[in-house]
Order: sequence, then C-alpha cells, then structure tokens
Amino acid sequence: MPSTPGSEAYSSDEEKSMAELLKVENLKTQFHTESGVVKAVDGVSYYIDEQEIIGLVGESGCGKSVSQLSVMQLISTPGKIVGGEVIFEGQDLLKYKTHGPKMRSIRGAKIAMIFQEPMTSLNPVLTINQQLTEMLELHLKMSKKAARERAIELLGMVGIPSAHNRIDDYPHQFSGGMRQRVMIAMALSCNPRIVIADEPTTALDVTTQAQLLELMKDMVERFKASLVIVTHNLGVVARYAQRIYIMYAGRIVEAGTTKDIFGKPRHPYTIGLLKCIPRLDEEEDRKLVPIKGLPPNLINMPPTCAFLPRCSYKIKKCSQKPWPPLTRLHGQHYVGCYVNTEEMRNEPAAR
Amino acid sequence: MVKKHSDIAFSEAPVRVSEWRRFRRVFFERRLVTFGLVVLVLMLIAAIFAPLLAPYDPYELGPGERLLQPSSKHLLGTDLLGRDTLSRLIYGARTALMVGFISVFISGIIGIPLGVIAGYFGGITNMVIMRAMDALMCFPMLLLALVLAAVLREYAISGIWVVIIALSVAVIPGYARVTHGVTLSIKENDYILAQRAMGSSNMRVMFRHILPNAFPPLIVLMTMQLGALILAEAGLSFLGIGIDPPGAAWGAMVFDGYKYLASNPVLWLAPGIAIALVVFAFNTVGDGLRDALDPRLRGLL
Repeated sequence: MPSTPGSEAYSSDEEKSMAELLKVENLKTQFHTESGVVKAVDGVSYYIDEQEIIGLVGESGCGKSVSQLSVMQLISTPGKIVGGEVIFEGQDLLKYKTHGPKMRSIRGAKIAMIFQEPMTSLNPVLTINQQLTEMLELHLKMSKKAARERAIELLGMVGIPSAHNRIDDYPHQFSGGMRQRVMIAMALSCNPRIVIADEPTTALDVTTQAQLLELMKDMVERFKASLVIVTHNLGVVARYAQRIYIMYAGRIVEAGTTKDIFGKPRHPYTIGLLKCIPRLDEEEDRKLVPIKGLPPNLINMPPTCAFLPRCSYKIKKCSQKPWPPLTRLHGQHYVGCYVNTEEMRNEPAAR
Repeated sequence: MVKKHSDIAFSEAPVRVSEWRRFRRVFFERRLVTFGLVVLVLMLIAAIFAPLLAPYDPYELGPGERLLQPSSKHLLGTDLLGRDTLSRLIYGARTALMVGFISVFISGIIGIPLGVIAGYFGGITNMVIMRAMDALMCFPMLLLALVLAAVLREYAISGIWVVIIALSVAVIPGYARVTHGVTLSIKENDYILAQRAMGSSNMRVMFRHILPNAFPPLIVLMTMQLGALILAEAGLSFLGIGIDPPGAAWGAMVFDGYKYLASNPVLWLAPGIAIALVVFAFNTVGDGLRDALDPRLRGLL
C-alpha cells in the first residue's frame, strides 16, 4: 500500500482520464479573533475534474463553507487566507487581488455559487429580471433585451411556470423552492465551469430537496459544468457525487469515490456518520448510533488527531503522534487515520 | 394579458397587481397622509405660480395702506410698509420650498454616499468618516448654520444661498449616520455575499444593492428633514439671516409681525401657520411614503 502523504498524492494520480479543472492545495484560512486564532480551514487539498460532481461533507463548523468561500476569495475580516494555492485553469486564484477585476471576472462567470438560504439570497428590492440580467450584462456584455430573453429562457429551464410573467416579480412573491430555482438559474447564467452549492437544500423540505438536487444535476450536465455539493448530509451526496471528501475540524479526513466512502469507510468519523443514517435495507431493530461528544474548539486545537476524544477506535499511537496525514489506500481512496479500522471493526472488544 | 390555456393548467401565477396601484392604495389609505399631500401640492402650486396667484406685487410699497386689517381688498391685510401680506406669503412659499428641497438634495448627495462607504468598508474608512460626522454633529444645527452663514458672508455669498449651504452642511451627518447604520445591517445579508460571489464590484454592491434597500428610512428622513429645514430656514430668517430684504421669507415675516402681536395678529399668524402646516405636511407624507414604498412591509398591509 503506497502511502504518499497529503496533497502530492492527488496530483500523481494516473487513473484520472479527464483534466483537472480546479485544484486546491494545502489551503489554510484563519480567523483572528480576540480569543485566539481560529483555524477554520487547516491545510485542505482537493481537486475537481471537468463535469464532475463532488461532495464535501462534514458537520457544522468543520470549515466546509469557509473553504469554499476561500476559493472565491470571499472571506471577510477578521478572516484571512494564510496559505495554499487554488489553481483554476492554470492560474493561482489566490494571487489575484480580492476585489480586483481579475478575481471579479472569475466569480459568477467561471465559478458560481449557490447559497444555503434561498429566502435571503435574493435582493428583496430588485425584481428577478433585474437580478438575473445583471450578471448577463456584466459578464457576457449582453444588451438589456437579449439578457431579458436569456433570463426568461433560463427560468423556464429551471422549471418556473410562465416565466415570462414571473420574471418581473419580486423575490417575496416566490416560494423558497422557487427562489432556489432562481438561484440555480442565476448561478448557471454565465456558463460557469464550476458551480459551488453550499448546502443548497438544507433550508427546504424533503420533497423539494430531491427535486432541486435532480434539477441541479441536470443543469450542470446540460451546461457541462462541474458541481461541488457542500453538505452535512451524506444522503444528499450519495446519489449524485462521484467522489466525496469528508471534512473534520478544518481538515479532510477521508476522500474517495462514493463507492469507497459508502462501501468501505475507513475513518472512524466517516463510519460514525454512516451509522447515523437510517437505511431501508437493514434489519428493523438496528439502532442509529450518534457520534458522542462535540466537535473540538478550533481555537486551541490539540496537536494530535482532532477526532481523538470522540473516537471509539483509538489506539495508543493516536495520542502520541500528530494528526495523521492522508494516506492512500487504493485508487482514489485516501484516509487520515493510524488505525486500520477495517480490521478492528470485527472485534468490538477493542473499543 | 393573453394566457394560453396550457399555461393556466399548471400552477398559475396569481394575478399581477400593478406596483403603482398597490402604492396608491396603501398611500391614500390614511386620511392624514392624503391631507398632508394636498397641503404640499397646494404649497408647490403656490410657489411655482406665485406671480400669477399673488394679487399684488409683494415688493410694492403702499405708503397710504400701512398696517391695514384684513379686508376684501387685502385678504390678509398689509404690513408696516404697506405690502400685501397674502402676496408676500405666497412668495414666501417659494423661498421656503426652495431652501428645503435644495438643501435636502445637497446634503443627501454628500451624506448618503459617505454613510454607505463608511458602513460597507468599515475599519479605518469608517473611523475617519464617522468621527468627522460626529464632530459636525456636536454643533446644534441652528448654531452651525449661523456660524457658517457669517463665514460665508465673508466670501460674498449672500442671500438665500447662505442659508442653503449652511443648512446643507448642518444636516449631512444625519444622512451619513442613518445610511451608515442601515448599511451595516444590510451588508450582512446573504444576498450581498451572493452578489459578491457573482462578481459584482464594490461600487455595484454598494450603490445598486445596498442603497435601494436603505431607501425606506432615508425617504422618511428626507421628508422629515424637509420639514425641519424649512423650520430652520424660518428660524434663520427670523434672526435676520438669509433672504435679503425686501425678499419674502416666512421667518422674516413673523419677525416683522410679532411687534404687532395684539394689534395686528394676522401679520405673524399667517406665516406662522404656513410654517407649521408645511412642516406637518412633510412629516405625514414622509410617513405615508415609508408605508407604501417598503416592500418588506407590504405583506402586512
């Protein structure tokens, strides 16, 4: 089993057929607060191929949203990106000025974002038309009339009935699900290469969630874009993502294809997450097992593995060595853990 | 609006109520607001068509007609110099409204962007702008205007422009502070982050996305300021600053009239009521506008 630590492992991957579209290397984002430095993102590396769908999973506060906002350079004070590289189409985005024209021409036009709260992510005083056409006029230099035509077409694509009537409505005249549809239309309006969906369905009810995920998948396929789904819900990504990254306390602890993660999870945290999901195909009396404890305070992080206090697989080595780097298991499956959980799982006595 | 049958079969959008109709309905719902608007419109008409409406030349002296009581010839009587009070009152509306509108415009154009910039960027920018505004705010409006008027006079700026500039400067901090406060809360909204994620520049975010959201309180502030500024203008002209004689200003008319407090009350009562009416009208209309314009209140109404 070759064990290449950390980020270099990703680039030396010979199994990939498609070109890397975005590569994030050792990204570090910190918030300098009065009570100390919060290491929200602490050396995260991942990549996304063209027309690929990846999932970024972790619980609240693990840095998944911050890592995505860092890619877009949208971290506001007291936050700061302190290290790493974001390579997009051969250019390091972090070298661009935060508010400079180069970075602005990336945002929205090349990398678009969909946010968690559809109820608040549209400007309440501007009509849908004004908000949708703004992007088209800004990035694609369309005329007002052409932009309006395109906006109506986009609204139709995301399933807004009688779009030509609804386009002059204000956001408050739309329901949550419809607003999120508008957000999807807006995100894809300028043919971006990557769409980052930050918990896109969390605020919606379950049936709408499924519809919107399906819609998002269709839309990115249609526009030949890649999709990053950021979520705390493994169930959301299971069906759509090709690869999944599991994040914990600002780091990626396990990465692999969806099959790897769901079939042979190796990190104790991933195993714990999967145990929390109810399944239809298992015996009736199986109990859901929550992960005990709370995520660590990101200000005073222990030098050891951050999951250690909550881990039920821990061994002596865990409390003596620093946080384990990602190690390649096989193919694209990487895990950052000293324990071979697969062997241990058969002997519960070890817990 | 022609609708195809196929459109209607699938979840039809509610009938669209035109924005203008909705605005009218909400705005005119309150009697007081309608009354205020009528007063303002009458004042505006009086100011614009003053030469046509005034029965006499407001500057024409009438040596034989001094301090006349109201009569059919002079509806509101005449003043010490025999000038027709009604005519002077109508011309006074010109002065009052002009000073009010121009000062609000100037101070808004300076104060609002300052507030947005301070609130949006924060940090040092915020510090410099807002502390400067605080310093300006330390002085009472009337006192500041008095000092400025005295200084401006040195630069040979006189008459109505002294008042306009002095009052404009005095109310800038009000705009900056209100805008600053509103900006602080608006910029935390998701749609601002979403806009930035779409590649909007800071300028675009500030003036296309934050500013329109800040309008409701600003509109209220502006209309109320109009009232307050007209009041301040009256105060200044009462003190003898502002429009040069023989020009007509309500404040000056009150000053001239109060010497005849008992003998000829129309002289001070007429301009006094005019001032009160305009200030009241601006306040109610400002309030009505807020209710009608704010899309966030619309659902409740």
